[in-house]
Amino acid sequence: MSGQSTYEPKTGFTKWLDARMPIVRLAHDSFVDFPTPKNLNYWYTFGGILAVCLVIQIVTGVVLAMHYVASTDAAFASVERIMRDVEYGWLIRYIHSNGASMFFLAVYLHMFRGLYYGSYKEPRELLWILGMVIYFLMMATAFMGYVLPWGQMSYHGASVITNLLGAIPLVGEGIKTYLQGGPAIGDATLNRFFSLHYLLPFVIAGVVILHIWALHVTGNNNPTGVSVKNVKADTVPFTPYYTVKDGFAIILFLIMFAVFVFYFPNVLGHADNYIEANPLQTPTHIVPEWYLLPFYAILRAVTFDIGPIEAKLLGVIAMFGSILVLFALPWLDTSKVRSMRYRPLAQQCFLGFVIACVVLGFAGANNPDDLVFKFGADKLAMSYTDANGGAAVRTFTEFAEANSFLATLPSSAAGALEVSASGFKWLWVAQIAGAYYFAFFFILLPLLGVIEKPKARPASIADSVHGKKKTTAAAVAATSPGPQTTGSLKPAE
Amino acid sequence: MRLVSALTACVAAASFIAIAQPASAEGKVLHPHGPHEGWEFEGPFGTFDQNALQRGYKVYREVCASCHGMKLLSFRNLGQKGAPFFDEAYPDENSNPKVKQIASEYMVAAFDEETGDPIQVAATTVTAFPSPYANEAAARGSNGGALPPDLSVITKARHGGASYIYSLLTGYVSPPAGLTVSPGLYYNPFFPGDTKPQWAGDPREAPAGGFLAMAPPLREGLVVFDDGTASTVEQMSADVATFLAWAGEPKAETRRMMGFSVIGYLLIMAGLTYASYRRIWRNIQH
Repeated sequence: MSGQSTYEPKTGFTKWLDARMPIVRLAHDSFVDFPTPKNLNYWYTFGGILAVCLVIQIVTGVVLAMHYVASTDAAFASVERIMRDVEYGWLIRYIHSNGASMFFLAVYLHMFRGLYYGSYKEPRELLWILGMVIYFLMMATAFMGYVLPWGQMSYHGASVITNLLGAIPLVGEGIKTYLQGGPAIGDATLNRFFSLHYLLPFVIAGVVILHIWALHVTGNNNPTGVSVKNVKADTVPFTPYYTVKDGFAIILFLIMFAVFVFYFPNVLGHADNYIEANPLQTPTHIVPEWYLLPFYAILRAVTFDIGPIEAKLLGVIAMFGSILVLFALPWLDTSKVRSMRYRPLAQQCFLGFVIACVVLGFAGANNPDDLVFKFGADKLAMSYTDANGGAAVRTFTEFAEANSFLATLPSSAAGALEVSASGFKWLWVAQIAGAYYFAFFFILLPLLGVIEKPKARPASIADSVHGKKKTTAAAVAATSPGPQTTGSLKPAE
Repeated sequence: MRLVSALTACVAAASFIAIAQPASAEGKVLHPHGPHEGWEFEGPFGTFDQNALQRGYKVYREVCASCHGMKLLSFRNLGQKGAPFFDEAYPDENSNPKVKQIASEYMVAAFDEETGDPIQVAATTVTAFPSPYANEAAARGSNGGALPPDLSVITKARHGGASYIYSLLTGYVSPPAGLTVSPGLYYNPFFPGDTKPQWAGDPREAPAGGFLAMAPPLREGLVVFDDGTASTVEQMSADVATFLAWAGEPKAETRRMMGFSVIGYLLIMAGLTYASYRRIWRNIQH
């Protein structure tokens, strides 16, 4: 994509430097002169936004690490000390804690955009995979970061996740012990999580460089999915065109970020995490942060054994599978058309996929046995020991009936009355949405490429944008019957 | 406009994640509410009323502090900007005479510099609020096995925040007929819990709330306010909840004030950048 470098060193020093280490040339070719399709919309600004997020997290994180104490006795108090006594510590910590949510919000929109416009397809498979590596590292980093304040959710969340890994056959127990630094979560766990939480962002930064490198080899995809054919007609230089467009989007994003930091700093967290960790007291609901909820829902959706594999292990496999499948995406989608703009069926399946992800998030936040809605009024269930000594349950609608039945039972039957509500469980919601999640990748995407008849695509990026404002003879001739996105365009025949 | 759809998606996603937070307790519980007139310190323009903070501190000091510690606070915090006893004449909170006097009312453990013998000395402004019990076992021992939680960040650690504190303190009612309350426990419809096991009637109609080991701590006239405010249970509850909300996040006022300048600055930047964007792209079809 990038052709000959147009950088010309002007001063003596830059000439000297360019002959020895062309770092200015690299920056010039990557961020100034880089030819970028002229039709990128605002969905393409999340890459720049994510770079800003990473820098914000690293800068605030380094400062927080100067004041944080990684010890089970002192961690909670040290975080509150940052909030109270460190100069602007409250600001730095709220930026960091809300920054994690903003980072994930942006990465999800960035990923959905890549999915919609087919940015993972040939020749950008490696670009997509590097992005998935970054996303996976982000999840690990965020999980370990959430443990550091040593609140109730920190401790019990860490406990749930490390125990999960223990479910893996043969190596599970070993991995769990290495991760916890001992037989249980304690000081050793906190210290290694702190160490890794400081390390991984720099690994992410390294992979981000590879991600940008891969991007600059293949060039940007664009909303039409049509490759750049004529650099002069189809592209504009990154600077100033996209520096200003990305800059504008970054500022809008920062405004939303600031609204959270200054006015709702705790709304994305959980109140229980302001209670210091207590291993002996388990919170009623253990939930991860919102950005991991869909995967948590998939984990808990598997409640059945398949053959010799137990439900717990299957849940772990499903959860990791739901992330790993994204790595295989470039080869699961069989369609030759990149952009879903020209794939009417895929468009609808994609919409379903976005809905499934959001629904999984809600299912992850709720207890699987809680009801989304009820079928009719609650009933009463009496469990007792029947005449043969077996356990029996009988349901009643009226309390008086239950009472008179209880009176007929011998005292040894030990009747106990409970409310029995029947309705649609969150578990089923998670199972349906989870099934769609996997079906999207393993059935719909491979199948659609074969059965779907895509709409006509513009011949080039230049044609697609020219068609918007006025019809040029060339554009019409090249794209007859014309790009579907431009309703006003009349084919001149 | 494409920008609008991208922005809407961003805001929609943000609000989704804000409401996707899980529900709280197991059994039914009444939704916490603040006083009728609402909280002065909530909302983007919210500020703490210093008189309310001082009254609230007095309620804490004379009532709550006999069982509940606030180990994350030091006496000097009471004299910082925005705090109950902040005085413009003393920008350094450690020289504030009121704060010094409050601290000196407490005796804390120390040791004799020459002999090393343990002694008791008056607390200073830099001393942390002393805990009412020597350790957790002592705290549980004096409270029938229940541990009175530390109140330093209590408004951030409970769903409903200050409104929860207010509702709990004003919400004690005599248990409805049919509800057996075990000795040493008290019924409160705002306390998360499960009343079904103690309920004689239809479990579907078990009352909301739960049982806690804290007896109703406030009664009319219990604390005499220095500014002459009538000390009704509602007044004392509202004041102590205000004090606890301040204590949970002493920098909340500063934070909200700063938010205006930051967002204002960003809005101006956004306007200028958008104008530049329109100008730079004016000759490019895209």
